[in-house]
Amino acid sequence: MKPDLLHTTRHFVQVLAFSLVISAVQYVFKPDRPYEVPLVYSLSIGICTWFITDMGRFVVGVDPMTAWPRGWRGPALVAFGMVTGYTVGTLLSDYWFGWSSWRSLQPRDLRSSLIVTVIAGVVISSYFYLQGKSMTLQRRMKVAESQATEAQLRLLLTQLEPHMLFNTLANLRVLVGIDPARAQHMLDHLIAYLRATLSASRATEHGLQAEFDRLRDYLALMEVRMGPRLSYTLTLPDALRQASVPPLLLQPLVENSIRHGLEPKVEGGHITVQAQSLPGADGAPAVLQITVSDTGVGLRSDAPAPPAVPHQTPHQTPDLGRGFGLTQVRERLRTLYGPQASLSLQHGPGGGTVVLLRYALQTLPESPTTHRLADTAEHA
Amino acid sequence: MPDITALIAEDEPLLALALQTELQRQWPELRLLATVGDGLSAVRQALQLRPDVLFLDIRMPGQSGIEAAAELAEQWPTGAGAPPFPALVFVTAYDQYAVQAFEAQAVDYVLKPVQGARLLKTVQRVQQVLAGRQPSAPQPQAVPTDLLEPALAQLRQLLAAQIGQHGAEPATGAVQAPAPSAGGLKVIQASLSGGNSIRLVPIEEVVYFEAADKYVRVLTDTQEYLIRTPLKELIAQLDTQVFWQIHRGTLVRASAIDTVTRDEAGKLRISLRGRAERLGVSRLYAHLFKAM
Repeated sequence: MKPDLLHTTRHFVQVLAFSLVISAVQYVFKPDRPYEVPLVYSLSIGICTWFITDMGRFVVGVDPMTAWPRGWRGPALVAFGMVTGYTVGTLLSDYWFGWSSWRSLQPRDLRSSLIVTVIAGVVISSYFYLQGKSMTLQRRMKVAESQATEAQLRLLLTQLEPHMLFNTLANLRVLVGIDPARAQHMLDHLIAYLRATLSASRATEHGLQAEFDRLRDYLALMEVRMGPRLSYTLTLPDALRQASVPPLLLQPLVENSIRHGLEPKVEGGHITVQAQSLPGADGAPAVLQITVSDTGVGLRSDAPAPPAVPHQTPHQTPDLGRGFGLTQVRERLRTLYGPQASLSLQHGPGGGTVVLLRYALQTLPESPTTHRLADTAEHA
Repeated sequence: MPDITALIAEDEPLLALALQTELQRQWPELRLLATVGDGLSAVRQALQLRPDVLFLDIRMPGQSGIEAAAELAEQWPTGAGAPPFPALVFVTAYDQYAVQAFEAQAVDYVLKPVQGARLLKTVQRVQQVLAGRQPSAPQPQAVPTDLLEPALAQLRQLLAAQIGQHGAEPATGAVQAPAPSAGGLKVIQASLSGGNSIRLVPIEEVVYFEAADKYVRVLTDTQEYLIRTPLKELIAQLDTQVFWQIHRGTLVRASAIDTVTRDEAGKLRISLRGRAERLGVSRLYAHLFKAM
């Protein structure tokens, strides 16, 4: 941290004002002396003390939290500033008037001027300290706030991929003219998709049925856009309709399949999403396995993808690549279901990509109306 | 004057229809030759049908609109009596990087959803360009302004911008590693046959890189290695002063280039110091070779 001109100037002006007040007070108590005497003394002592203390901060090194030296160094610096400032300031003023305070003045006067210096020094140092601290805190709060907002925005942008949104709107615009019924149908899916995306962060889990419904909305939208190039199968056994899943966990996986698998492929392909329960090994609880597979262009290399890609650290992939989606899904799984949860990426048997999710099967309390209730609440 | 003809390359059927309808409204005289749905057919059909205007979606299966345009510029016939290169109009829904690049290069583009007023502006610009290309009063010496050269310059910049935008989406998908700062790559790590060991090849020994299907061939004076890092990523990590891109799939150490010659068909070929093979130079990068 370095001293900046604006703050230094502000401090200097404040010190000047404070010194003028002190000299005025001293003049009021001793009107027999010319005003010049307290004025020169308090100005020179004040400025010297301030200069040593304020600049000394940056020599000693400051805590970025408060803009002051840490621990005992703060008070020590103030004490040093006051003693040195008092001495140098007095010598300068003596030189101005051509006399020596140390010889001519009585000890009582010296003591009183020293006390004035100490009180003034403590008051103004505390003032600057508190001011600096509150300004730093305010600045930090602002930074933290903007970081949080940016993170939220980024998340939203990933979920609401703008390219997808604009292309969908472009399709809708055409449909409105040529096939209003289909346009309405597409709009319904878009509304459901948007509602699900925007509210996804509010709930921590819902049933697989709800999750599959959201996938169906998304895929229906993509189907209008891609025409015969996209086909899909969603398989959800009745027993797993209420199995717990974090909202929109599967969405990025299906988006990846379309974006990186089917879209680049001239003839398009098929997407399969399948849920099944696997018996746990040795009496362990059952495991939910969700498979998202596509017949797209497949992973780039022949080795398992993530380790084979050099320099690929997930945190450095800020944009919308497959890496980011997978990292997000993996992190959500780990946070909610612990280290046993897994996500693996494999080559499909006939080309394409297979993503396997596994985590402990937990069934939500049987209340098939929960989501419909939640939906109606949203409408209200 | 013959009809002005157009070709639309757009993978989403409804959007192709929308563009077609809107074009009919804004430019009734325009004759649509065909609509194709991917970047490969776009090149094939354009070469065959030779449209005057080519509308290219950016994100398409096969290859992106920009890649398709570059390939078309590469393969377009030149010389006496050759057909004029088409005017290019890119179409995109939301690609802020692409739009920035288009603005910078003064490339014609329209945003989806295509709106009449905006399309009319583009149509007027294209009409101007085409009028300049085909002088109405034929003069014996007049050389019609060809659009190929300016298109090559623009496409070169667009492709460079694509490589330059770190972390931005790759045009045709695939996992993309974040590109470290240019010139950062010092050693190539190539796995040897069998896959159990890795050979470290200092970048100074590499004469050229050549894309081959899923791999990139790394050639030194005496050896050849295969790596999986795509050429696009390599370019981002190499010093472009040291390694020149001379073709979509070739990256050559400039100091290893011996001579450049033009063959009968007008194509540039380079010969190398230290290696016998001769490499073709793409039209996009022919500007690199000019006598000083």
